[in-house]
Amino acid sequence: MEKRAHFSGWTLPLLLILPQMAITVIFFYLPASQAIRQSFLREDAFGLSSEFVGFENYSLVFEQPEYYRAMITTVIFSTLVAFFSLAVALLFATQADKSLRGGHAFKTLLIWPYAVAPAIAGVLWMFMFHPTLGTLGRPLNILGFNWNPMLDGTDAMILLVLSATWKHVSYNFLFFLAGLQAIPKSVIEAGAIDGAGPLRRFWTIVFPLLSPTTFFLLVVTIVYVFFETFGIIDAVTGGGPAGTTTTLVYKVYADGRSGGDLGLSAAQSVVLMVIVIALTAIQFRYVERKVQY
Amino acid sequence: MMKKSLLGALAFGLATSTSAFAQTEIQWWHAMTGANNEVVNRLAEEFNNSQKDYKVVVSYKGQYADTLNAGIAAFRAGNAPHILQVFEVGTATMMGARGAVKPVYQLMAEAGEKFDPQAYLPAITGYYSTAKGEMLSFPFNSSSMVMWINKDELKKAGVNEIPKTWPEVFEAGKKLKAAGHDTCGFSNAWAPWANIEQLSAWHNVPMATKANGLDGFDTEMKFNSPLHVKHLQNLVDLQKDKTYDYSGRDSRSEGRFTSGECAIFLTSSGFYGNVKANAKFDFTSVPMPYYPDVQGAPQNSIIGGASLWVMGGKKAEEYKGVAKFFTFLSDTDRQAKLHQESGYLPITKAAYEKTKASGFYEKNPVLQTPLIELTNKEPTENSRGLRFGNMVQIRDVVSEEIESALAGQKSAKDALDSAVTRSNQILRQFERSVSR
Repeated sequence: MEKRAHFSGWTLPLLLILPQMAITVIFFYLPASQAIRQSFLREDAFGLSSEFVGFENYSLVFEQPEYYRAMITTVIFSTLVAFFSLAVALLFATQADKSLRGGHAFKTLLIWPYAVAPAIAGVLWMFMFHPTLGTLGRPLNILGFNWNPMLDGTDAMILLVLSATWKHVSYNFLFFLAGLQAIPKSVIEAGAIDGAGPLRRFWTIVFPLLSPTTFFLLVVTIVYVFFETFGIIDAVTGGGPAGTTTTLVYKVYADGRSGGDLGLSAAQSVVLMVIVIALTAIQFRYVERKVQY
Repeated sequence: MMKKSLLGALAFGLATSTSAFAQTEIQWWHAMTGANNEVVNRLAEEFNNSQKDYKVVVSYKGQYADTLNAGIAAFRAGNAPHILQVFEVGTATMMGARGAVKPVYQLMAEAGEKFDPQAYLPAITGYYSTAKGEMLSFPFNSSSMVMWINKDELKKAGVNEIPKTWPEVFEAGKKLKAAGHDTCGFSNAWAPWANIEQLSAWHNVPMATKANGLDGFDTEMKFNSPLHVKHLQNLVDLQKDKTYDYSGRDSRSEGRFTSGECAIFLTSSGFYGNVKANAKFDFTSVPMPYYPDVQGAPQNSIIGGASLWVMGGKKAEEYKGVAKFFTFLSDTDRQAKLHQESGYLPITKAAYEKTKASGFYEKNPVLQTPLIELTNKEPTENSRGLRFGNMVQIRDVVSEEIESALAGQKSAKDALDSAVTRSNQILRQFERSVSR
């Protein structure tokens, strides 16, 4: 006797998924199709005149040496931020999972940075590490580190990775913590009785059981790094010095906003969309196989 | 009974609505914060109290770039404000939008307001006028670039004369560095504005063809001339030991002057309020330095700041109100007071003369420095102003290349050549989008 919920007709199920569908259409499909449409047009900023230019915007994008530089920058930046924000969050989560006194306060504090707006976080980090005005930047220089994110591309990248990671660790931490709490204690105790030390227990029992969470966070973090970091980049470095911290998404923002060149900017966001869709597909196709649900 | 009360209500409604809506509303979007925000609010309030027909309603829309974008987005959605404050680098973008804006000279003529373009300071209005001298937007808050000096530290370092030329600044920078300013001999904010835009005008060297874009959108960049390269090369050499130390593309690092770290600092004259509030030393501002071997230098400086653009497609009655408001803003006493209180430049000759005559500048020489620069000589093709499409983006490109030279990745010449090439691409892209 199979148990199945029976619906008579399509009305109710449609009604039930309608809100979600509406949100997806309004906030994803409409803007995305708008971007695709605009990427084939050349318009002035005011939209007084627009003409169809076919793939001209795309060819302009791929003619720019800066675009390839931004690609390389994006790979470096996203790898570093994804790795550190996942690793640090996992470390914090495993520590917070122990029953500590004041553990609650500790957890709350770790979650807080997520509530800070990207632009504000960016300005905070920028001023803390300002080479001569910063509370942390100045001591670095006094100690003889030649710290100057305003002119040194490597320093700027380090600062940016720090701030973007700091901002995203909270999010990952929350999910890791929930994932850890879902792991049955009995399995870990069984490992302990068999004589496995804490590290061994972590790598052979906890980490594999956490893999669904890790995989989900990997996908989300990649999306975060690719799409949501332009606010922080704008506030911390403005893409400088000399374009060393201009990532693909920042370039979309800069060309569209300060350049007023909507066609070129739209073409870039379509390319970016394709890249992220491809990346996500690859993750689901290959990485997910290693996940044990 | 029913009918009667309905009619009564209708009549009552009409009566009250006419008394409430007799005023025509004028929307004014701006980007002013802090003390300057007060100025905007006070001006609107004074205007609203001075007459009954119009009411100016102000809204703060974020920073300059945000305000411009908000105006553009609102225009696209069909509900643009009447008056939009746009920073000077947005001028070409606004001009290119034929139909989206209403030129001020036309507005004044159609509204029948008394308007004499000759009454305004040419160094300021030139930036916002056509080649024929027709004023397109109304100058509101103007500033220029000056050199801020920390007199106490200069004395300590044994610099007895305030430097006037670039070689003297370099010498002073070295002395300051030797006297303990080891992170900064001298510096400047607004890298592209200081080292390319102002430098060109101040030395009467073209930044671009077609009178720096004022005579047409088919302008081409020329800021890789020997003078520009020489200046950047000097900065690159001095950056090595921090006699010069880079302070970024914007005004974020202006605190380096008020904290006493940099004793010589080039930035906007609009920095005055901040210095007055925070500097705990004897300060002054002097005109920008120049290279004495350049024929005719110093010429005159160009302005920064913002002007008020009138958006297109509004009712004649509303335009009348905007015109009345501009006449109100141009009033000599009001301009003089505004200038003396806020540190903005006066826009009319009369207001400048009046302030001069009152002896105000003897007590406050700092407020006269930008005016001395702007009116130093009759503006030439190279020093009337700039008009480049997508100038915000061009400034980013120029900043990038200056940074790569200062960081030692490129020679000064290569950096400027590359900046010119890239800026020209942006100019061509803009030209194509407006010249149809």
